[in-house]
Amino acid sequence: MSFWEYANPRKFMATSAMLLPWVATLAALCLITGLIWGFFFTPDDFRQGSTVKIIYLHVPAALMAINAWLMMLVTSLIWVIRRHHVSALAAKAAAPVGMVFTLIALFTGAVWGQPMWGTWWEWDPRLTSFLILFLFYLGYMALWEAIENPDSAADLTSVLCLVGSVFAIISRYALVFWNQGLHQGATLSLDAEQNISDVFWYPLLVCIAGFVLLFVALVLYRTQTEIRVRRLKALIAQERMA
Amino acid sequence: MIGLFKRDLALAVRAGGGFGLGLAFFLIVTVLVPFGVGPNTGILSTIAPGILWLGALLACLLSLDRVFQLDWEDGSLDLLATSPLPLENVAAIKALAHWVTTGLPLVVAAPILGVLLNLPGPGYGWLMASLALGTPALSAIGTFGAALTVGLKRGGLLLSLLVLPLYVPTLIFGALVVTRGAAGLDATTPLALLAGITLATIATLPFAAAAALRVNLR
Repeated sequence: MSFWEYANPRKFMATSAMLLPWVATLAALCLITGLIWGFFFTPDDFRQGSTVKIIYLHVPAALMAINAWLMMLVTSLIWVIRRHHVSALAAKAAAPVGMVFTLIALFTGAVWGQPMWGTWWEWDPRLTSFLILFLFYLGYMALWEAIENPDSAADLTSVLCLVGSVFAIISRYALVFWNQGLHQGATLSLDAEQNISDVFWYPLLVCIAGFVLLFVALVLYRTQTEIRVRRLKALIAQERMA
Repeated sequence: MIGLFKRDLALAVRAGGGFGLGLAFFLIVTVLVPFGVGPNTGILSTIAPGILWLGALLACLLSLDRVFQLDWEDGSLDLLATSPLPLENVAAIKALAHWVTTGLPLVVAAPILGVLLNLPGPGYGWLMASLALGTPALSAIGTFGAALTVGLKRGGLLLSLLVLPLYVPTLIFGALVVTRGAAGLDATTPLALLAGITLATIATLPFAAAAALRVNLR
């Protein structure tokens, strides 16, 4: 039993079909519990008032926006190195999901920033790098759409993803150099003893789990769709040949 | 290699449209800016560094789709791929030729346009230095983008969408050098970082461009 068995589309389809309902249900459960708990059963912050509650959407979405790109980077590398089609299709499937998470993070940030900072938008390094991440997602998806041959498309988008990752990181640190930030520091870090007060922390954890599961479920579902599209095209081509 | 370089230069100069076009575009963008923001020299001199860098960047972008497109259409790119010269070298030479025909004229012309925008006195040296060090990176990144989109029929717009986010770090450091220089501050730190980006892109991106070309020529 090796991880690479899932490179076989049949095996992937069977396993993902089995997993998908569970992951989706769990994601829905986590999101409902986390959001209701977060929105209605946590106290208001003494300075931010009730606006603090947007954290339950903002932080998980931002976290997953970056992790989606990371996942695309890994699956692109797997495609480049081992040429498993499922991997390339998973990268393709993850891009729109990641883009939507980026948008959610930007939008909730703007909604929070308006009452708190007094502005919808600020050219702060964190905000700006998310905007650039959004542009990277757009370019990546546009390149997938533009190329007809699926293998060339997978190859070229993988190269773009690899180069883009390096430039995204450089941009992130260049932006710190460019403008001092208004955005607070990292909300979550593994080495901090206590990141935020426990009252906010537990529902946030549930929300993060919900977003991770939601991402996994959406990517599995979209990858299945991509594989089916690929099979359908192959069948149509066969029909035409016969 | 030298033959290819000479051929690209000769094509750019003689075929018309390629060589002077970027420069003319740079001039027009710079001239249009005062119409947009008003003739106030104070405002113009504060935004001059950014405008000059943006103009140079857009002028570079404009000529990118010519890097491989013509060779792709008439088949000489296939010949280059089958020649003993590695495709990585082809990509590097193409980037160099693009820089000599687009980036270098921009470096020379930038101070004159700086006068139009009322760039403060100490900024001119930094402007030339930052453009001379930064535009090679623009050419190298752009060549990579051109290699990605060479097989597409209408790749021009997609090329801009792919390349512009990659230009962000170069633009930040380049404009920062000039802004600091124009304010009379020391700008060696961003200049060093800009040079670092240029060197890294020249060293690595020809490989990525060659990989993309191989896929497109398959």
